[in-house]
Amino acid sequence: MVPTSYFLVLSAILFGLGVIAFIFKRNILTIFMSIELMLNAVNLAFVSFSRLLGQLQGQVFVFFVIVVAAAEAAVGLAIIILIHRNRGTLNVEKVDSLKD
Amino acid sequence: MNTMITPQIAIFLILAAVTVAGAVSLILQRHPIHSALSLIVVMVALAGLYLLQGAEFVAAVQIIVYAGAIMVLFIFVIMLLNAGEEERTNVSRLARFVGVPLGIVFLLEVAYWIGRATAHLGTAPPEMVSTRDLSSLLFREYVFPFELTSFLILIALLGALVLARREESN
Repeated sequence: MVPTSYFLVLSAILFGLGVIAFIFKRNILTIFMSIELMLNAVNLAFVSFSRLLGQLQGQVFVFFVIVVAAAEAAVGLAIIILIHRNRGTLNVEKVDSLKD
Repeated sequence: MNTMITPQIAIFLILAAVTVAGAVSLILQRHPIHSALSLIVVMVALAGLYLLQGAEFVAAVQIIVYAGAIMVLFIFVIMLLNAGEEERTNVSRLARFVGVPLGIVFLLEVAYWIGRATAHLGTAPPEMVSTRDLSSLLFREYVFPFELTSFLILIALLGALVLARREESN
Protein backbone atom coordinates (compact mmCIF):
# COMPACT_ATOMS: atom_id res chain seq x y z
CA MET A 1 0.00 0.00 0.00
CA VAL A 2 0.97 3.62 -0.37
CA PRO A 3 2.41 5.26 2.76
CA THR A 4 0.19 7.94 4.25
CA SER A 5 2.98 10.51 4.16
CA TYR A 6 2.91 10.43 0.33
CA PHE A 7 -0.70 11.58 0.36
CA LEU A 8 0.06 14.27 2.93
CA VAL A 9 2.98 15.60 0.87
CA LEU A 10 0.75 15.71 -2.21
CA SER A 11 -1.90 17.51 -0.18
CA ALA A 12 0.66 20.09 1.00
CA ILE A 13 1.90 20.64 -2.56
CA LEU A 14 -1.65 21.12 -3.85
CA PHE A 15 -2.48 23.54 -1.04
CA GLY A 16 0.69 25.53 -1.75
CA LEU A 17 -0.11 25.67 -5.46
CA GLY A 18 -3.58 26.91 -4.53
CA VAL A 19 -2.06 29.69 -2.40
CA ILE A 20 0.32 30.63 -5.24
CA ALA A 21 -2.59 30.74 -7.71
CA PHE A 22 -4.60 32.84 -5.24
CA ILE A 23 -1.79 35.37 -5.00
CA PHE A 24 -0.68 35.50 -8.61
CA LYS A 25 -3.91 35.37 -10.59
CA ARG A 26 -5.65 38.58 -11.55
CA ASN A 27 -8.97 37.21 -12.78
CA ILE A 28 -11.50 36.95 -9.97
CA LEU A 29 -12.91 33.70 -11.40
CA THR A 30 -9.50 32.04 -11.34
CA ILE A 31 -8.92 33.25 -7.79
CA PHE A 32 -12.17 31.57 -6.86
CA MET A 33 -11.00 28.36 -8.54
CA SER A 34 -7.78 28.41 -6.52
CA ILE A 35 -9.88 28.47 -3.35
CA GLU A 36 -11.59 25.31 -4.59
CA LEU A 37 -8.15 23.79 -5.21
CA MET A 38 -7.13 24.48 -1.60
CA LEU A 39 -10.37 22.93 -0.32
CA ASN A 40 -9.62 19.85 -2.40
CA ALA A 41 -6.13 19.58 -0.92
CA VAL A 42 -7.63 19.68 2.57
CA ASN A 43 -10.12 16.97 1.59
CA LEU A 44 -7.27 14.74 0.48
CA ALA A 45 -5.60 15.13 3.89
CA PHE A 46 -8.92 14.38 5.61
CA VAL A 47 -9.40 11.16 3.66
CA SER A 48 -5.77 10.08 4.26
CA PHE A 49 -6.04 10.54 8.02
CA SER A 50 -9.44 8.86 8.06
CA ARG A 51 -7.86 5.85 6.36
CA LEU A 52 -4.81 5.87 8.60
CA LEU A 53 -6.76 6.04 11.85
CA GLY A 54 -9.49 3.68 10.65
CA GLN A 55 -12.16 6.23 11.59
CA LEU A 56 -14.88 7.37 9.25
CA GLN A 57 -15.35 10.83 10.76
CA GLY A 58 -12.79 12.23 8.33
CA GLN A 59 -14.91 11.22 5.38
CA VAL A 60 -18.02 12.73 6.97
CA PHE A 61 -16.11 15.99 7.28
CA VAL A 62 -15.19 15.76 3.60
CA PHE A 63 -18.90 15.77 2.79
CA PHE A 64 -19.44 18.85 4.90
CA VAL A 65 -16.50 20.58 3.21
CA ILE A 66 -17.99 19.74 -0.18
CA VAL A 67 -21.37 21.14 0.88
CA VAL A 68 -19.79 24.35 2.15
CA ALA A 69 -17.80 24.63 -1.10
CA ALA A 70 -21.01 24.28 -3.11
CA ALA A 71 -22.75 26.97 -1.07
CA GLU A 72 -19.70 29.20 -1.34
CA ALA A 73 -19.53 28.71 -5.11
CA ALA A 74 -23.21 29.64 -5.52
CA VAL A 75 -22.96 32.85 -3.48
CA GLY A 76 -19.49 33.78 -4.74
CA LEU A 77 -20.42 33.39 -8.39
CA ALA A 78 -23.51 35.53 -7.82
CA ILE A 79 -21.24 38.22 -6.35
CA ILE A 80 -18.90 37.88 -9.35
CA ILE A 81 -21.84 38.38 -11.72
CA LEU A 82 -22.80 41.47 -9.72
CA ILE A 83 -19.26 42.88 -9.87
CA HIS A 84 -19.14 42.31 -13.62
CA ARG A 85 -22.52 43.98 -14.07
CA ASN A 86 -21.60 47.04 -12.00
CA ARG A 87 -18.01 47.52 -13.11
CA GLY A 88 -17.66 45.68 -16.41
CA THR A 89 -14.41 44.00 -15.43
CA LEU A 90 -13.22 40.81 -13.77
CA ASN A 91 -9.74 42.10 -12.99
CA VAL A 92 -9.29 42.36 -9.24
CA GLU A 93 -6.82 45.21 -9.62
CA LYS A 94 -9.56 47.38 -11.09
CA VAL A 95 -11.98 46.65 -8.25
CA ASP A 96 -10.33 48.98 -5.75
CA SER A 97 -12.93 51.55 -4.77
CA LEU A 98 -12.29 50.89 -1.08
CA LYS A 99 -8.73 52.13 -1.58
CA ASP A 100 -9.73 55.70 -2.42
CA MET B 1 10.66 1.73 4.58
CA ASN B 2 11.20 -0.29 1.42
CA THR B 3 11.44 1.65 -1.78
CA MET B 4 9.97 -1.06 -3.97
CA ILE B 5 7.50 0.21 -6.54
CA THR B 6 4.30 -1.73 -6.02
CA PRO B 7 1.37 -1.29 -8.46
CA GLN B 8 -0.42 0.89 -5.91
CA ILE B 9 2.55 3.22 -5.61
CA ALA B 10 2.86 3.38 -9.40
CA ILE B 11 -0.83 4.34 -9.67
CA PHE B 12 -0.35 6.89 -6.89
CA LEU B 13 2.64 8.45 -8.66
CA ILE B 14 0.77 8.70 -11.96
CA LEU B 15 -2.30 10.27 -10.33
CA ALA B 16 -0.15 12.61 -8.23
CA ALA B 17 1.72 13.74 -11.36
CA VAL B 18 -1.60 14.40 -13.14
CA THR B 19 -2.90 16.33 -10.12
CA VAL B 20 0.18 18.53 -9.77
CA ALA B 21 0.33 19.09 -13.54
CA GLY B 22 -3.32 20.19 -13.51
CA ALA B 23 -2.70 22.57 -10.61
CA VAL B 24 0.37 24.09 -12.32
CA SER B 25 -1.62 24.40 -15.53
CA LEU B 26 -4.35 26.25 -13.59
CA ILE B 27 -1.72 28.82 -12.61
CA LEU B 28 -0.07 29.13 -16.01
CA GLN B 29 -3.16 29.32 -18.24
CA ARG B 30 -4.28 32.84 -19.10
CA HIS B 31 -7.84 32.08 -20.17
CA PRO B 32 -10.25 31.27 -17.32
CA ILE B 33 -11.92 28.46 -19.28
CA HIS B 34 -8.57 26.69 -19.62
CA SER B 35 -8.00 27.12 -15.88
CA ALA B 36 -11.44 25.62 -15.20
CA LEU B 37 -10.69 22.60 -17.40
CA SER B 38 -7.35 22.12 -15.58
CA LEU B 39 -9.20 22.19 -12.28
CA ILE B 40 -11.57 19.48 -13.55
CA VAL B 41 -8.51 17.34 -14.38
CA VAL B 42 -7.25 17.87 -10.81
CA MET B 43 -10.61 16.86 -9.36
CA VAL B 44 -10.94 13.69 -11.43
CA ALA B 45 -7.38 12.65 -10.50
CA LEU B 46 -8.19 13.32 -6.84
CA ALA B 47 -11.22 11.06 -7.16
CA GLY B 48 -8.84 8.37 -8.37
CA LEU B 49 -6.68 8.96 -5.29
CA TYR B 50 -9.74 8.57 -3.05
CA LEU B 51 -10.50 5.27 -4.79
CA LEU B 52 -6.93 4.21 -4.13
CA GLN B 53 -7.56 4.81 -0.44
CA GLY B 54 -10.74 2.77 -0.45
CA ALA B 55 -13.09 5.74 -0.11
CA GLU B 56 -15.41 4.89 -3.00
CA PHE B 57 -18.33 7.01 -1.92
CA VAL B 58 -16.18 10.11 -1.46
CA ALA B 59 -14.74 9.50 -4.93
CA ALA B 60 -18.23 9.28 -6.44
CA VAL B 61 -19.33 12.44 -4.62
CA GLN B 62 -16.16 14.19 -5.77
CA ILE B 63 -16.98 13.42 -9.40
CA ILE B 64 -20.70 14.15 -9.15
CA VAL B 65 -20.69 17.27 -6.99
CA TYR B 66 -17.29 18.86 -7.64
CA ALA B 67 -16.50 17.99 -11.24
CA GLY B 68 -20.17 17.74 -12.17
CA ALA B 69 -22.04 20.50 -10.39
CA ILE B 70 -19.60 23.10 -9.08
CA MET B 71 -17.37 23.21 -12.13
CA VAL B 72 -20.39 23.34 -14.46
CA LEU B 73 -21.50 26.38 -12.45
CA PHE B 74 -18.05 27.93 -12.94
CA ILE B 75 -18.01 27.26 -16.68
CA PHE B 76 -21.57 28.54 -16.95
CA VAL B 77 -20.53 31.84 -15.34
CA ILE B 78 -17.40 32.09 -17.51
CA MET B 79 -19.54 31.63 -20.61
CA LEU B 80 -22.22 34.00 -19.31
CA LEU B 81 -19.78 36.80 -18.59
CA ASN B 82 -17.82 36.08 -21.76
CA ALA B 83 -14.64 36.28 -19.70
CA GLY B 84 -11.64 36.95 -21.89
CA GLU B 85 -7.95 36.42 -21.40
CA GLU B 86 -6.37 37.74 -18.28
CA GLU B 87 -4.51 40.98 -18.89
CA ARG B 88 -0.79 40.73 -18.41
CA THR B 89 0.06 42.95 -15.49
CA ASN B 90 3.46 44.37 -14.88
CA VAL B 91 4.69 42.37 -11.93
CA SER B 92 7.56 44.20 -10.33
CA ARG B 93 11.04 42.83 -11.00
CA LEU B 94 11.55 42.08 -7.31
CA ALA B 95 8.38 39.96 -7.24
CA ARG B 96 9.34 38.08 -10.39
CA PHE B 97 12.96 37.28 -9.59
CA VAL B 98 12.80 36.97 -5.81
CA GLY B 99 9.20 36.28 -4.93
CA VAL B 100 8.51 33.43 -7.33
CA PRO B 101 11.63 31.35 -6.50
CA LEU B 102 11.15 32.02 -2.80
CA GLY B 103 7.54 30.88 -3.04
CA ILE B 104 8.52 27.68 -4.82
CA VAL B 105 11.32 26.97 -2.33
CA PHE B 106 8.99 27.59 0.60
CA LEU B 107 6.38 25.25 -0.93
CA LEU B 108 8.91 22.46 -1.47
CA GLU B 109 10.33 22.92 2.00
CA VAL B 110 6.92 22.67 3.64
CA ALA B 111 6.17 19.53 1.59
CA TYR B 112 9.56 18.05 2.53
CA TRP B 113 9.12 18.63 6.24
CA ILE B 114 5.58 17.29 6.24
CA GLY B 115 6.95 14.19 4.52
CA ARG B 116 9.76 13.89 7.08
CA ALA B 117 7.48 14.44 10.04
CA THR B 118 4.84 11.94 8.92
CA ALA B 119 7.14 9.25 7.50
CA HIS B 120 6.87 7.20 10.69
CA LEU B 121 3.09 6.84 10.21
CA GLY B 122 3.68 4.07 7.70
CA THR B 123 0.91 2.60 5.62
CA ALA B 124 -2.71 2.47 6.58
CA PRO B 125 -4.23 -0.83 7.72
CA PRO B 126 -5.66 -2.66 4.73
CA GLU B 127 -9.25 -3.02 5.88
CA MET B 128 -11.80 -1.35 3.68
CA VAL B 129 -14.42 1.08 4.91
CA SER B 130 -17.89 0.33 3.70
CA THR B 131 -20.37 2.89 2.45
CA ARG B 132 -22.92 1.31 4.80
CA ASP B 133 -20.83 2.25 7.87
CA LEU B 134 -20.31 5.72 6.47
CA SER B 135 -24.03 6.29 5.93
CA SER B 136 -24.98 4.99 9.36
CA LEU B 137 -22.43 7.35 10.91
CA LEU B 138 -23.70 10.26 8.81
CA PHE B 139 -27.37 9.64 9.53
CA ARG B 140 -27.09 8.63 13.20
CA GLU B 141 -24.28 10.49 14.90
CA TYR B 142 -24.01 13.43 12.51
CA VAL B 143 -27.66 13.78 11.56
CA PHE B 144 -28.02 17.24 13.13
CA PRO B 145 -25.05 18.78 11.27
CA PHE B 146 -26.32 17.03 8.15
CA GLU B 147 -29.71 18.71 8.48
CA LEU B 148 -27.98 22.03 9.14
CA THR B 149 -26.11 21.74 5.85
CA SER B 150 -29.44 21.52 4.03
CA PHE B 151 -30.41 24.84 5.61
CA LEU B 152 -27.03 26.22 4.56
CA ILE B 153 -27.66 25.16 0.97
CA LEU B 154 -31.15 26.69 1.07
CA ILE B 155 -29.84 30.01 2.39
CA ALA B 156 -27.02 30.02 -0.17
CA LEU B 157 -29.58 29.41 -2.90
CA LEU B 158 -31.73 32.31 -1.70
CA GLY B 159 -28.67 34.54 -1.37
CA ALA B 160 -27.47 33.74 -4.88
CA LEU B 161 -30.95 34.40 -6.24
CA VAL B 162 -31.28 37.75 -4.45
CA LEU B 163 -27.77 38.87 -5.40
CA ALA B 164 -27.94 37.98 -9.08
CA ARG B 165 -31.47 39.29 -9.63
CA ARG B 166 -31.75 42.24 -11.96
CA GLU B 167 -33.56 45.11 -10.34
CA GLU B 168 -36.65 46.13 -12.28
CA SER B 169 -37.47 49.48 -10.71
CA ASN B 170 -35.54 52.36 -12.31
